[in-house]
Amino acid sequence: MSEEIKPYQLVPKTPLAGSAAADIREQGEITRRSFPFVLTTAWLALAAALGGLASILGRFLFPNVLFEPVQKFKAGLVADYSVGEVDERWKDKYGIWIVRTEEIVYALITVCTHLGCTPNWLPTQNKFKCPCHGSGYYKSGINFEGPTPRPLERAKIFIDVADGQIVVDKSKQFHQERGEWTDPEAFIKL
Amino acid sequence: MANLTALKDGIVNSQVWKSVFRVGIPNTNRKRVLAVLGSLILHLHPVKVRRSGVRMSYTWCMGGTSFFLFLVETVTGLLLMFYYRPTIEYAFTDIMDLREQAPFGIMREMHRWGAHAMVIAVWLHMFRVFMTGSYKPPREFNWNVGVILLVLTLLLSFTGYLLPWDQLAIWAITVGSSMARASPGAGNEGPMSGLVKLGDIRLIHAGDDARFALIGGRSIGAATLLRFYVLHCVVIPLAAGFLMAIHFWRVRKDGGISGPL
Repeated sequence: MSEEIKPYQLVPKTPLAGSAAADIREQGEITRRSFPFVLTTAWLALAAALGGLASILGRFLFPNVLFEPVQKFKAGLVADYSVGEVDERWKDKYGIWIVRTEEIVYALITVCTHLGCTPNWLPTQNKFKCPCHGSGYYKSGINFEGPTPRPLERAKIFIDVADGQIVVDKSKQFHQERGEWTDPEAFIKL
Repeated sequence: MANLTALKDGIVNSQVWKSVFRVGIPNTNRKRVLAVLGSLILHLHPVKVRRSGVRMSYTWCMGGTSFFLFLVETVTGLLLMFYYRPTIEYAFTDIMDLREQAPFGIMREMHRWGAHAMVIAVWLHMFRVFMTGSYKPPREFNWNVGVILLVLTLLLSFTGYLLPWDQLAIWAITVGSSMARASPGAGNEGPMSGLVKLGDIRLIHAGDDARFALIGGRSIGAATLLRFYVLHCVVIPLAAGFLMAIHFWRVRKDGGISGPL
């Protein structure tokens, strides 16, 4: 080491002539005068880098494409369903029971309103029974036993005018306790 | 101002503050040194840095670059694990999804480029250490740790190669893992393996040799994919992290970043 200029040393107290300061900067030294600027720039750069990284990490957790069953599906003709029965053909694939009564057809979502398990339809006892904590529902979806606080939810259901098929749209749910089951989209009038 | 001082005193004297910063604000040089030495995070930084240590033309900063790239690989690799499943059914399609559908499709490319760059950086680091004679005492132990870290870097690269589960990956690992066949005394085609016998029966054959243990079968398959995934994501990074801690510690203890003698 021939040059005995230590890094980060304090520059002389006399004001530097412009040329001298420029010389020192050319040697890569940080002057007393430029130090606050360098420090601020460094912290801002670090904050920007960390902020950018955090936003990338956050965004990465939200996938652009989902590999889930579709929310809206065609469920065949009304004639495919018998009166008075709970139809379980869409339960595994889409999580929907379709029930046909004398007057209406409605779609129940197969999620227990207690803690989200899937209840079983028990035809012999004419009720839905949740295996997790014993919540029970009538065929209409109204709760009558167990810990559940409210009825099962119904999904939007309508007839496609083009081909006459039933369409179920799970993305819109109807709550009985909010009086939404009377909504014309909550059932098909026969 | 009086209020601000009282507020500062209230914060600094609170139990929460004192539980985090054990020694308080150091007001003498001795206390400053102790505060640095007593803190896990601060002690990673050396007390003194040689002037030659910050000269890029001397160190090339290749050791630091290698570590930085290891961190990049860790972060991007962790994120890839959210979308990648190491099974024959999903591995390749998940890689495609990462490129086409997952947010920041560049994430997988960053992992790949970072891996290439890390291998190059580690080689250059080793070359610099050799050319500056920095392997000489008292640093000879750290040179050996570094050699093992080089091998682990190459193994990380090798195990990661299989994970995309495309033709290149499968045949590259088929060829690469064949080397294990020739392990002395452990591979079925290796020297001295023929000596391990029970009567006329060879005990080391294609169904129980080193290659079999490495790839979990006689040919590359589902077991290999899972095995390489676990090695790539857990076993080798843990081993490398442990050795890196020793490596950096010894750099400090052996006199800091090496300088001209």
